[in-house]
Amino acid sequence: MTNLLTIKTTSRVGTERHHLSRRAMVRALQIVLATGFFMSGVIAPSLAGATDNTITVEISNFVYSPEVITVTAGTTVIWVNNDDTPHTVTATEEAFRSPPLDTEDTFKFTFTTPGEYAYFCALHPHMTGEVIVRPIAG
Amino acid sequence: MDNIENSPAADAGGNDITRRGFLECMTWAGTGVLWAVSGGLPQAVGVGSALAAERVAKPFTFLQISDSHIGFSKAANPDTLTTLGQAIAKIKALPQKPSFIIHTGDISHLSKDDEFDNADQIIREAGLPVLYVPGEHDVLDPGQGKSYLDRHGKGSMGAGWYSFDHNGVHFIGLVNVVNLKAGGLGNLGDEQLEWLEKDVAGLSSSAPIVVFAHIPLWAVYPEWGWGTDDSAQALSYLKRFGSVTVLNGHIHQIMQKIEGNISFHTARSTAYPQPEPGKARAPGPLQVPADELHDYLGVTTVNFLQGDKPLAIVDSALTS
Repeated sequence: MTNLLTIKTTSRVGTERHHLSRRAMVRALQIVLATGFFMSGVIAPSLAGATDNTITVEISNFVYSPEVITVTAGTTVIWVNNDDTPHTVTATEEAFRSPPLDTEDTFKFTFTTPGEYAYFCALHPHMTGEVIVRPIAG
Repeated sequence: MDNIENSPAADAGGNDITRRGFLECMTWAGTGVLWAVSGGLPQAVGVGSALAAERVAKPFTFLQISDSHIGFSKAANPDTLTTLGQAIAKIKALPQKPSFIIHTGDISHLSKDDEFDNADQIIREAGLPVLYVPGEHDVLDPGQGKSYLDRHGKGSMGAGWYSFDHNGVHFIGLVNVVNLKAGGLGNLGDEQLEWLEKDVAGLSSSAPIVVFAHIPLWAVYPEWGWGTDDSAQALSYLKRFGSVTVLNGHIHQIMQKIEGNISFHTARSTAYPQPEPGKARAPGPLQVPADELHDYLGVTTVNFLQGDKPLAIVDSALTS
C-alpha cells in the first residue's frame, strides 16, 4: 500500500516540484486510494489482500465459511446468515458481539488491531470460526 | 419458588396414618423406627421411607410442552402460533385435568417482546399453572436473559433455576443455556450446581425427583451440541434417589434413555421437527410435507402413579 502511494504520488506530482498544499495532498491520497481499489487486482495481485477492505463469511448449515480467514488490519468482515435458523457471531474475548442474525441478516465488524479473534455462535456453541488479522505490510 | 398447592381433595386417600398422627408418633419414636400396622401385621418402617411415604400423595398428571419458537415463520412451519394453540387445545381436552404444564424452553424464537407475549396469551388458554425454563432462543435480548426473567423468573435464582414440591414429588427446573463456551455444549455452571447439591441434600432417597431443563442432560449427539458439558456432576447428586425423571427439549424429537434409576426423555416441539442425529448436515428446522407436520409435533403427558411405581410418560402427536 505504501509503495503504491509512493509510486502514484511521484507520477502524479512528477518532476514539477510543486509544493502541494495539504488539501491537495489529501485529495491526491483519496484518488490514489480509490484507484487502488480498482487497480489492485490487475496491477499488483500480491497487494490484493492489502487493498480489499471487505470480506464475506457465509453462515450455512451451522458452519462459518470460510471457518478461518486471514485479513489485514482495516478489513471489514461481513457475516451473512443463510440458514433457516438464527445464529450469532460472538467473539470469545468479547471484541465483538452481533445481535441474533435471522435468515439473510448481516453483521459487520472492522478489524483495526492485529491479532487472532476466535468467535462462536452463542446459540450453537459448537459452531466456531476465527479471524486472523495481520498488520498492514510496511 | 412458591410451592404448588396440593389440590383440596388431598390426604383423604386410604392412608391410615395421617400426618398429625405420624408426627405424634414421632415425638416418642426416639430411635427413628416407626411401627406401622398394615393388614394386621406390624412392620418396621425406616423413618426416612416413612416420611417419603407420607409425602407421596395422590396420583396426578402434568404436561410437558417444548420449543414453541413463537416468531419462527419459515418453510418448516409458517404458523407456530396456530400449532401451539392446537397443542394447548389438546391439553384442554384431556379427560383428567392436569396439575400444571412444564415448558422446557425456546418459548420464543428471537426473545422478542411480542413473541413472549403471544406465546403467553395462547398458553394461558389452558387455564393451568405453567412452569418454565428458558431455551437458548429465550436469552437473546440485549439483557441476555433479562426479558425471560422479567416474565417467567419470579422466585427463581441466577439465570432462572428453582425447585418446588407437588404431591410428594420434588421438581427441579435447571438452566443450561447461558454462559455457553465456544466449542462447548449446554452448561449448568458452578453456582447452579452448588445450589442443586444443597437443594436435594435433605431429601429422602425415596422422594421421586423430576428435573427439567432445555438442552438434554445426557450426550444425545455432541456433534450437534445436543448435550450438557457438566451434567454428570448434576446427575451425581441424584444417583441415590430411587426415581429420577429428566425432561428436556431442544432437539424437537422424542428420545429416551434409562440409566439406573434415572429416566431421560426429550419432547417433541410444538413448532417444527429437526432431523435425527446424523441424518442431515445440520440440526436446523426440518421441512416435512405440510399434511405430515402434525405427526412431528406434540405434547407429553406425565402420569405420576402412587407409591414407588415409575412415572408413566405418554407422548401424543398433534394428529392423535
